[in-house]
Amino acid sequence: MSRDVAILWLKPFIARPIALAGLCILLATVLAAVFAPWLSPFDPYAIDPVTRLTPPNTIHWFGTDQFGRDTLSRVIHSARMALLIGSGVVVFALATGVPVGVLSALFPRLGHVLMRMVDVLMAFPALLLALGLIVILGPSVANAILAIGVGYMTTTTRIVYGLTLRLRAETYVEASRSMGAGTIWLISKHILPNLVSPLLVQASFVFAFAQLGAASLDFLGLGAPPEIPSWGNMLAESRTFITRAPWLLFFPGMMIVATAFSLNLVGDALRDRLDPRFRQVFGEKG
Amino acid sequence: MSSDDILAVRDLKVSFTARRAGRKYRVQAVDGVSLSLAEGEVLGIVGESGCGKTTLGRAIVGLVQPDGGNIAFKDDDAIAAGGAALRAMRLNVRMVFQDPYASLNPRRTIGDSVAEAGDINGIFRDRTDRSAMIASTLTAVGLDPSFATRYPYELSGGQRQRAGIARAILPTPSVVVADEPVSALDVSVQAQVLNLMMDLREQLRLSMLFISHDLGVIGQISSRVAVMYMGRIVERGATRTVLDHPLHPYTRALIAAIPKPDPSKRILGAIEASEPPSLFKRPAGCAYAARCPLASDRCLVDIPQLRSAGADDRALACHNV
Amino acid sequence: MLSVRDLTVSLGPETAPVDIVAGVSFDVAKGEILGLVGESGCGKSMTSLAVMGLLPQPGPRVRAGRVVLDGSDVTQLQPWQRVEAGHGRMAMIFQEPMTSLNPVRRIGDQIAEAVRVHDQVSGAPALARARELLELVRMPDPAMQLSAYPHQLSGGQRQRVMIAIALACRPQVLIADEPTTALDVTIQIQILGLLRELCGRLDMAILFITHDMGVIAQLADRVAVMYAGRIVETAGVDAVFGSPRHHYTRGLMDCMPVRNAGAHRLPTVSGQPPAPGTIRAGCVFAPRCAAAREECRATDPPRIAVSQGHQVLCAFPLNGGGPA
Repeated sequence: MSRDVAILWLKPFIARPIALAGLCILLATVLAAVFAPWLSPFDPYAIDPVTRLTPPNTIHWFGTDQFGRDTLSRVIHSARMALLIGSGVVVFALATGVPVGVLSALFPRLGHVLMRMVDVLMAFPALLLALGLIVILGPSVANAILAIGVGYMTTTTRIVYGLTLRLRAETYVEASRSMGAGTIWLISKHILPNLVSPLLVQASFVFAFAQLGAASLDFLGLGAPPEIPSWGNMLAESRTFITRAPWLLFFPGMMIVATAFSLNLVGDALRDRLDPRFRQVFGEKG
Repeated sequence: MSSDDILAVRDLKVSFTARRAGRKYRVQAVDGVSLSLAEGEVLGIVGESGCGKTTLGRAIVGLVQPDGGNIAFKDDDAIAAGGAALRAMRLNVRMVFQDPYASLNPRRTIGDSVAEAGDINGIFRDRTDRSAMIASTLTAVGLDPSFATRYPYELSGGQRQRAGIARAILPTPSVVVADEPVSALDVSVQAQVLNLMMDLREQLRLSMLFISHDLGVIGQISSRVAVMYMGRIVERGATRTVLDHPLHPYTRALIAAIPKPDPSKRILGAIEASEPPSLFKRPAGCAYAARCPLASDRCLVDIPQLRSAGADDRALACHNV
Repeated sequence: MLSVRDLTVSLGPETAPVDIVAGVSFDVAKGEILGLVGESGCGKSMTSLAVMGLLPQPGPRVRAGRVVLDGSDVTQLQPWQRVEAGHGRMAMIFQEPMTSLNPVRRIGDQIAEAVRVHDQVSGAPALARARELLELVRMPDPAMQLSAYPHQLSGGQRQRVMIAIALACRPQVLIADEPTTALDVTIQIQILGLLRELCGRLDMAILFITHDMGVIAQLADRVAVMYAGRIVETAGVDAVFGSPRHHYTRGLMDCMPVRNAGAHRLPTVSGQPPAPGTIRAGCVFAPRCAAAREECRATDPPRIAVSQGHQVLCAFPLNGGGPA
């Protein structure tokens, strides 16, 4: 059974090589973050004035920055910040969006109030909302997660709300109600299990957009403290050297694009997996 | 309510607010229905789409709130009593749904679905008790106990409907409200499921409210029948009497329209188009007047009430019969 | 008019095809209604789509056999190519009329569009023809309904509109796939009456697909009973109902509740139809057949002509006589 399930989840990736490439990039990023100290050829904080602003060569594959720090090591260590912000935003968006969405759908009066508040938040562009929150809360990693997370909480809430409204009308939920099931029973046995797959897709997109949001905040100096290596910080520091040392922008920039793109590819593949027409092709109706 | 009645519905009214073209309409889905169900009896409710038969069934199992009338179960007005009485009724009056594909949660095993009422109401002593009850219930509906660990998508339509029936009889209720339980099934499977329901009724001494649009199925399984049209019962009586000697013009039209599997009795010719009025624009008098060959002026203004029309609980709502 | 020979529709790879329709043959003449009856999954809808040239792409394909319309082989032609090549005309109506109509366009415009495509006229003449078509399908108050939207019509009226659109191309063959299954019986009988009337008036051949033996008895001139992708019995309607020769046909009729009023138990056909791909050698019905013998499971059954126009795919057919 579990092997069959694993095959079903892997099929959309095998069927589409580009999605498989996305999955590989994503896995590489995760591995880079986990094994950063072992993978990095140099200490990302080690300053060496002699080798400052060397272009990529056989010793420093990605070159060095204005303090002589090894770019490759800093790019690898930055993956940690990227994953921290990404998972932080996903956890925040799900932890707030799921309860608000589910309860709004099950209790229409409460839903009227909550969903209007969500509408108000949605009226702000996500980055503007994040900037405003950071200005109020002060820059830090935790506040960056919060600020970006609020923007994706709204979209998550909307999705959960819509899905729960549909699930609430399913015959099996009615059957459960007719046998005396309470709200907690309905949520835990019928609604949440059916939300898992669509939320997995949503999480992958939120993770991708969180990368872009975090990079933007870092670039503006409102995200992670400047001494911590992150792709956004690296871009911000190196922008004055754009003509002398273009590699300083190229490598972190490429990493931002690659992670966001790969997450989108993975999200697309997961969504196809959940598409009913796709499921018919692979012989599962449930 | 007479002493051997297990369920009595008095003057039940259910309405919905529907929005159409930007305006709000009040749709009276069930408009003053009274019926009683004796112990061990199968009462058929027959009518076409939109006649309120499904809403009636849903009101009886508590899925919709009536806005008038009462539902009494074994001399208790359970809806009004609430609390423990209502919970007891929930376990005692259960529903079998029409669509075997939509009525089982695709993410739960058949066993979990079948045991759901027991789990909600905490009736199992322990896990062994629970598995034993699931196994015996699955056997009772003609499924192998190994189905308990399977998922709905692994089952055929007929097997799913058997699982849906199993869910409605664990723990054993007194009344089963079956809403079109066989209309989504193929004829050969339909017969198997109908036989199963008749067997279970006997073995478990169930009383059944059997809702269907299909007079053939109703004639097969029910001893009494009530014909509904636009939210009201227009005719009621022993099934054989009603089917063989229909009184109400609507019942007659309904019986005449069944495609009989006998080419020598073809009734096809050019038939004038005639359809029920919209639920949003209910006529003032008899809802059937516009389609009725017997309609008189009185029918257009005065709603005919259900009145007694002979032995065996025969009743009729028509001015002109 | 329409003649189908050994039509085989398959799913899956070329090397290991799974036949969902296996060697189906039938003819429909002008002014005749052929009822194709079978349970869900028996391949009756796939047959109709293959005949129409409307098999979903990608997916099932015609692996073998011919569809001959008015003397020309149209098997591999798309519907529009058939019209362009002047090979006679086919139209189709479906079970759910609401999904076939555009919800935001007026009925009149939708019928007129079909008229425009086939008659090369537009504007007032097309609308006039649309009104004519609505009268033809006995739509109450046709002039008014031209400006109605689909949601303002009832299910029966929408099916009349679909029939009107189908008739816009003046079809020689009309394929009706369960057109009354979603309708109430009192409406169904009206639509069946309409099809019977149109068949005679327009001298069309109608292929009527249904799961309901009652509908078949009321409407069809001849009947083809389908099981697991094969036609197991073909005969005139009186012969099929009077003396069915295939065990499956007999079983189908016996388990209809309407024939057993008051009986304590319904006779049943035990088990369920085989899934495509699981079919082995021998008769497809043998696992469910009470009269099956050893050779039924081992060898494919012969197609026997039991009388003029009455064929049965069975080695040991019933010997006639009415059903119990």
